[in-house]
Amino acid sequence: MSFRLGDRVRVSARAHDGHHRTPGYLKGKSGTVERVHDAFRNPETRAYGADGLPAERLYRVGFAQDEVWRDYGGGSSDRIYADVFEHWLEDA
Amino acid sequence: MSHDEHGHDNHHDHDEITTDGEPEAAARVRALEELLVEKGVVGRDEVRRRIDWLVSRTPADGARLVARAWVDPDFRERAVADAKAAALELGVDAGSSPVLVALENTDVVHHVVVCTLCSCYPRALLGPPPDWYKSLPYRSRAVSDPRGVLREFGVELDDDVELRVVDSTADVRYVVIPKRPAGTEGLSEDELAALVTRDSMIGVAQPSARAPT
Repeated sequence: MSFRLGDRVRVSARAHDGHHRTPGYLKGKSGTVERVHDAFRNPETRAYGADGLPAERLYRVGFAQDEVWRDYGGGSSDRIYADVFEHWLEDA
Repeated sequence: MSHDEHGHDNHHDHDEITTDGEPEAAARVRALEELLVEKGVVGRDEVRRRIDWLVSRTPADGARLVARAWVDPDFRERAVADAKAAALELGVDAGSSPVLVALENTDVVHHVVVCTLCSCYPRALLGPPPDWYKSLPYRSRAVSDPRGVLREFGVELDDDVELRVVDSTADVRYVVIPKRPAGTEGLSEDELAALVTRDSMIGVAQPSARAPT
């Protein structure tokens, strides 16, 4: 499944034993695709000496801070962004 | 961020490799380098060249990019779209990271950059990252309490400014184009570049109209 600019997505809440680049604080959180990057080699296999292929599409996803943190102390328009690989994203 | 995020830590032993007077991490790196050279994965010259290049980078290159963006709105647009190509226009090699993105701070939007998972940083433009950038307190609090962190760096944002934290989690590197300070209208591009500090390009400081001393 691939996503487009503006799509609502959820970061998969699954556990992953081993190196991965999906921050734990965003797992299970929903956000919006803000930029569609290129595809990059998968760090989850690259970290162990493999070639990381097939490459995985990378997306910059934006989240409302007050939906990520309970008791967030800043403004309601504050946002947090992370680059998330496609296989970590689901339709929201 | 929990230690568990660093999955690669789960897969090797933690036996000490220290030699007298050498920090454990340095000894481990040296041992790894010896092995990689021995197995023909990398050459010693290649390692040295890469280190020399990395430590020769300074925030001055990033500052040139910012100053040009301040004086040339078309360049600023190009930098926001593709900062790597924009840097090349200035003769600055933006390094091996595939993508470099410039984030523009304005009166209503303020960006701050962090890498919660390790210490990803636009080294080609800013040189080696400061120690605090790699520290656990910055990496955890910059995402959960960014306004508090900015306050500690001396940046007090108005409530109606939209604060955007960007976590460099993967192959993209981020550099902030800070807001051009008031009172700098008559300055040349070089004079403007002298006002741009490393911290302002991470987003934890605002440049002032007087050059840092």
